Amino acid sequence: MSYSRIPSMTFAIAAAIAMIGCSQKEAPKPVPAPVPVVTAPVAPPPKPEVTVQLGHVAPLTGPQAHLGKDNENAARMAIDELNGKGLEIGGAKIKFALVAEDDQAVPMQGTIVAQKLVDAKVNGVIGHLNSGTTIPASKIYFDAGIPQISGSATNPKYTQQGFTTAFRVMANDVQQGKVLGDYAAKQMAAKTVAIIDDRSAYGQGLADEFEKSVIAAGGKVATREFTNDKATDFAAILTKIKSKKVDVIFYGGMDAQGGPMTKQLKSLGLKAKFLTGDGGCTPEYIKLAGAASEGQYCSLPGVPLDQMPGGKAFGDAFTAKYGQIQLYAPYVYDAVMVMVDAMKRANSVESAKFLPEIGKTDYQGVTARVQFDEKGDLKGGAISLYQVKDGKWEYRETIGGAPVEMAKEAVKEAATAVKDAAVVAGEAAKDAMKDVAKEGAKAAADMTKSAADAGKSAAETTKAAIEKK
Amino acid sequence: MDIFIQQIINGLVLGSIYALVALGYTMVYGIMGLINFAHGEIVMIGAMVALTVVKLLVNSGLPVFIIILIALAGAVAVCMAVGYSIERIAYRPLRRAPKLAPLITAIGVSIVLQNLAMLIWGRNYHAFPPILPDAQFDIYGATITSLQVTIVLIAALMMAGLIVLIHRTRLGRAMRATSENPLIAQLMGVNINQIISFTFVIGSALAAVAGLMVSANYSIVHFYMGFMLGLKAFTAAVLGGIGNIAGAVLGGILLGLIESLGAGYIGDLTGGFLGSHYQDVFAFFVLICVLIFRPSGLVGEKISERA
Repeated sequence: MSYSRIPSMTFAIAAAIAMIGCSQKEAPKPVPAPVPVVTAPVAPPPKPEVTVQLGHVAPLTGPQAHLGKDNENAARMAIDELNGKGLEIGGAKIKFALVAEDDQAVPMQGTIVAQKLVDAKVNGVIGHLNSGTTIPASKIYFDAGIPQISGSATNPKYTQQGFTTAFRVMANDVQQGKVLGDYAAKQMAAKTVAIIDDRSAYGQGLADEFEKSVIAAGGKVATREFTNDKATDFAAILTKIKSKKVDVIFYGGMDAQGGPMTKQLKSLGLKAKFLTGDGGCTPEYIKLAGAASEGQYCSLPGVPLDQMPGGKAFGDAFTAKYGQIQLYAPYVYDAVMVMVDAMKRANSVESAKFLPEIGKTDYQGVTARVQFDEKGDLKGGAISLYQVKDGKWEYRETIGGAPVEMAKEAVKEAATAVKDAAVVAGEAAKDAMKDVAKEGAKAAADMTKSAADAGKSAAETTKAAIEKK
Repeated sequence: MDIFIQQIINGLVLGSIYALVALGYTMVYGIMGLINFAHGEIVMIGAMVALTVVKLLVNSGLPVFIIILIALAGAVAVCMAVGYSIERIAYRPLRRAPKLAPLITAIGVSIVLQNLAMLIWGRNYHAFPPILPDAQFDIYGATITSLQVTIVLIAALMMAGLIVLIHRTRLGRAMRATSENPLIAQLMGVNINQIISFTFVIGSALAAVAGLMVSANYSIVHFYMGFMLGLKAFTAAVLGGIGNIAGAVLGGILLGLIESLGAGYIGDLTGGFLGSHYQDVFAFFVLICVLIFRPSGLVGEKISERA
C-alpha cells in the first residue's frame, strides 16, 4: 500500500521543484519600463536587473566544429565585455546570457535548435554559421518575431525571402562571387577554369556566382565538379580536371576539404592555381594543404582586421583568451554588438521593439562599418583577397572598397571635428577670466567628446591655450 | 589514356582504404553477427594516437621507420584496449538480447567515442606531419606514391593474414565454432568469452593500422573522420558479402573503382546531365543491384538464421 504512494509523491515533489525553478527564472524579468527623465539630482531607486538571453547557433560537433566553436567564443567574448561594462537599457541593468546551441551544420538540426531557442524565448539570435542551416531556421525566427543576425551565412537567399528579422554582417555570395570571378579572369589571367563545390547552400551558391562572373569577364568554365562537406578523397574529380588543362581551379566550400584538395591536386601533378572563398580562408587550410598551399588564393569579405579601427585590439584580446582566430570570430563579435547597439537605441530589449532599430544600424565594427540595406544585407561589402606566402595568408588587395572609404571618411570627419572644437575651446579660453575660462574649457571639452572620440587632444589644445594666456 | 590509368589507380587506392577498414567490420560480423558501427571510430582513435606519437617523436632524431613503428605499436595497443573495453562494457551484457539492442548500442558507442576524441584532441583538424617518404612512380603518365603502394600491399597482406588465421589455426577453428553456434562451442570446451574478446582485439588492431594509413595518405586527422569512412567500409563489406574476409577486400576495391570511374566519366558519358555529385548514387545503385541478385553479397555465403 505505502509503496504505491512513492511514485506519486516523487512526482509531486518534482513538480513542486519544477514550479519553483520556473518561478525563479521568470521572477526577475519584469517588463522594462520606459526611463523616467530625471531632472533633479535625486538619488535614483535601485535598478532592477534584467537577464537578456541571446541565442547562438553554430556546428559544435561534426566536421566544422572548429569553426563553430570559434564563432561561439566570439559571441561569448562580446557578451562578457558587455556584461563587464554593465549596460543599462530601459532603466534596468542588463545582464546578457548566451544560449549556445549546436546545429552540426545539418539543415534539419538547424530548424530543431531554432525551435528550441524560440521556445526558450530568446530575445535575439546570432547565427547560424552555415547558409544551409541559416536559411531554413530564418523562417522559424521570422514567424516568432525574433531578430537574427548571422556573421557568416553568405548565400543570397537568406535575405531574399522577405523576412524582416534576417540580417547579416558579411557580404553575400553575389558580391563575393562577382569579385572572385573577376579576379580569376583578370588578375590571375585565367582563360579556362574548373569549378568544384561541396553541394552545400554556401558552396553551391558561391560557385554559381563565380561561374556567372567568370563568363561575364570573358573566361571559360571547362568543367564543374562536385564533392560533399565530409569528403577527404578528391583524386577522381581532380584527375578529370587534369584532363581539361585549366588555369584556375575554384572551390566553393570549407577549409577541411579545400586543404586536402590542394594537396592532392599537387601530388596528381596539376599546374593550375587554386582559388577559394571565405570558407577556405583559414590557417587550417594551410595546415592541411602543407607545402602545396604556397601561392594559392582565397577571399574574405571585409578588409583585414588590422586595417580596421579596433580590429587589432579585438584580434589580440581574442587570441589571448581563446587562441588563434579561425575564421568568422570578428564577424560574430560584430553581430552581437550590432544587435545590442539596436537595443540601446530602441531603449528596450524586447524583440519587437528593437527589431526596427537593427535596420537603421550605423555601427563601426571591427570588420566593417555596418549599415544594412532594405533586405538586411550589409551595405557596401568590400572583398579582400589573400595569397599564401611562406606558410601564411598574405593580404593582396581589397576590391569594392566602399567600407574602407567610409572608414577613412569617418576618420577625416573626426579629425575636422577635433579641429573645430579646439578652435571653439581656444576662443572661449581667450575671452574669459580664469574661472570662467575653466568652465568654458570644460564645456568645450564636453562638446568635443560628443563631436568625436578625440576629446583628449581638444582638451590638451585648450590647456595649451590657457597656458599661453 | 594516362587519365584512365590514373582513375584506375585512384580507385584502387581508395578501394584499398575502404578494404582496410572493411576487414575489421567483416571479421567481427563473421564471428558474432554484430555490425560494430563503432569500428570507424576505432580507426579514428588509431589515427589520433599515431599522430600524437609521431608529433612527439618527430624531432627526436630517430629514423622515420622507427618512429612509424613506435606510432603503429602505440596505436595498436590503445585500439586493442579500446576494442576490448567496448566489448566488455557495451556488448557482452547484451549478448543474449535481441539483435537490435547491440546494434543501437554500437551506434551509441560510436557517438561516445567521437565526442571523447573531441574532448581529448580538440575540434581542430590535425595535419599528419609529412615524414613518410613520398616518392612518386610514373606509370604511363599516371602517378602513384610509395605510400599508396604500401596501402594496397597492406590491404592484401592483412587479408591473407586473416584468412590464414581463421582457416588454418587452432584459434581460428575456435572462432569459426563460436560463429556457428556459441552454445555448442562452449560445450566442446571453447571459452567463447575469450574468443569474442580476441576477435574484437584483432579487429581493433586492424583498425589502428587502417587509421595510420588513412591519416598519412590524406595527411588529415579529425575526430569526425571515422564516421564517413565507417559507413563506406560497411557498404564495401556488404557489397562483398559481410562476414567474408576476401569479400571485404573485393567489395572495397570494387566500391573504390566505381566511385572513381563514376566521378571521372559519368559527366562526359551523359553529356553533363549527371555530374560527379552522382558518384555516391552510382555506388549505391551497384550495391542495390548486387543485393537484389545476390542477397548475401558477391562472395558471401548464405548465413543461416541463428535460433
